[in-house]
Amino acid sequence: MKNGLAFQRHLKVRKIKGNVLSTLFLLATLTGILVLIVLIVDVFKDGLGWLDWQFITSYPSRKPQEAGLLSALFGTLWVMALTALFTFPIGIGTAIYLEEYAPDNRLRRFIQTNINNLAGVPSIVYGLLGLALFVQALALGRSVLAGAMTLTLMSLPVIIIAAQEAIRSVPQSHRLGAFALGATRWQVVRRIVMPTAIPGMLTGTILAMSRAIGEAAPMIAISALVYLTFIPKDPTDRFTVLPIQIYNWVSRPQEEFGHLAAAGIIVLLVVLLTMNAAAIFLRNRYQKRTEE
Amino acid sequence: MLQRSLHSARTGVEGSTESLMRLRRQSRIREAVIQRLLLTCALVSVFTTVGIVVMLVVQAAGFFSEVSALEFFTGTQWTPLFQPRRFGVLPLVGGTILTAGIAILVALPIGLAAAIYLSEYAHDRVRRAVKPSLEILAGVPTVVYGYFALTFVTPLLRNVFPDMIVFNALSAGLVMGVMIIPMVSSLSEDAMVAVPRSLRDAAYGLGANRFEVATRVVMPAATSGIVAACILALSRAVGETMIMVIAAGSTPRLTFNPLESIQTMTAYIVQISLGETPHGTVEYYTLFAVGLLLFVMTLLMNLFSQWFVGRYREKY
Repeated sequence: MKNGLAFQRHLKVRKIKGNVLSTLFLLATLTGILVLIVLIVDVFKDGLGWLDWQFITSYPSRKPQEAGLLSALFGTLWVMALTALFTFPIGIGTAIYLEEYAPDNRLRRFIQTNINNLAGVPSIVYGLLGLALFVQALALGRSVLAGAMTLTLMSLPVIIIAAQEAIRSVPQSHRLGAFALGATRWQVVRRIVMPTAIPGMLTGTILAMSRAIGEAAPMIAISALVYLTFIPKDPTDRFTVLPIQIYNWVSRPQEEFGHLAAAGIIVLLVVLLTMNAAAIFLRNRYQKRTEE
Repeated sequence: MLQRSLHSARTGVEGSTESLMRLRRQSRIREAVIQRLLLTCALVSVFTTVGIVVMLVVQAAGFFSEVSALEFFTGTQWTPLFQPRRFGVLPLVGGTILTAGIAILVALPIGLAAAIYLSEYAHDRVRRAVKPSLEILAGVPTVVYGYFALTFVTPLLRNVFPDMIVFNALSAGLVMGVMIIPMVSSLSEDAMVAVPRSLRDAAYGLGANRFEVATRVVMPAATSGIVAACILALSRAVGETMIMVIAAGSTPRLTFNPLESIQTMTAYIVQISLGETPHGTVEYYTLFAVGLLLFVMTLLMNLFSQWFVGRYREKY
């Protein structure tokens, strides 16, 4: 009888402990999302009043009322376009080689390990590589081209890993069917693998690009903190990008520049949101097509 | 008549085998060319690694020809920009460890709890909504977190600690901790989901409740993945730059007081980059000595986490 009572009590304690902790787990899950909401509200509260057409179409200025981010916005667009142009073919090519061509040997495993490790290299180290290799050794100077090539090296591992996943999702039976009909390896890749895998590859590329344009650290190493009052006309021009401009404003003591920074963050977030929406749109369209 | 048509048929067959042969030869050449091209793409990443290592080692050699390695690794003062110059890297390493430590203290419990919730408690529909929203945290640009730490978290914390410096390790570390929550939660959750259902069912069959199953069965079985996730998150925290530049300050100081201003390795690299330091000076070379140390630290952590997963994975 006594044992039964102890058991009952113990059971109750276990039950309460279970319930309390399940609530804690839920709260922990919501913490991150809550912070995200607070962050966005804070930024909009600080910056929305400063965000207007004049802000987007003006060059940086010493007077906060006249300052804008035109040169940074165009710099970001330039760097992003060139980076996408370089990264997409190289990244997809690497993924196709690793998944469809390379025999399972030492070289393949080496390249794969190497890519996984590159994905973990801090972005500022890529900045140093770009500074020493592109800016100095190849004498490209602090140009759009040097910036784009640096971001290319930084985003490649991310795109390769995403593209590999997309390729792996193509059923093996489709490949074998095409081989049985006498298709060559490239024909199989082009006609069978690519059409199914390309939406996944595009999604991965867009996500990697959206990470790349938010990066300030490697771009500071390449471009330094410049005060530009022109839009880059060609890839050899000097440039600045949105995160650098935002950092520039954040680091000034006057309160007005803090508001400018917040307004710049809103613009950056809108660009990122647009890109992510495009990625989600592509993914959904692709999923619908496979259901049919 | 018959003969002529037979003849023409024969030449037709010969012609078509010949053109077939030619086609095959062409396609073989094309296949070989394409394979080479793809291999070249794959080698870009190998050359990237080689480039990083060679660049860092060569330029760091320029630094170590002027400053002794002993001073660099054991010195407790870092003043490369003003006299008397001191090149002891420990204050930068200390600042990095302090902020990364704060970040992991935030991210580990919250990320792990979120992983348990998502893997063991949440309905499928909830998980599909919550997981991507958590991952947004990892996609927010780090300048934005820096801004948030400086203009929101620091004033908030100064209500609690009135003597806290504006640029301090605490708020930078806390905000970075939030940033790496999805790294901990996402990878840990993957490891937990991979634990077979039969183990859970056996524990439930013995009368265990959900909490007991999660902490005594699922977590031990997923240890290798959880540890790997934490090390990866820590490595990410060590390499994080902009939050540290904006919110943690630029005073290299060997301290474990989180209310003080410090400087991390990454923040130092940015500080020197901003100044457009002339190529070839000792200040310029310090960039690469610190960069090399940072690269080696994060690489070791990444390799360790890969090795750990392989070594301690429970096989079912």
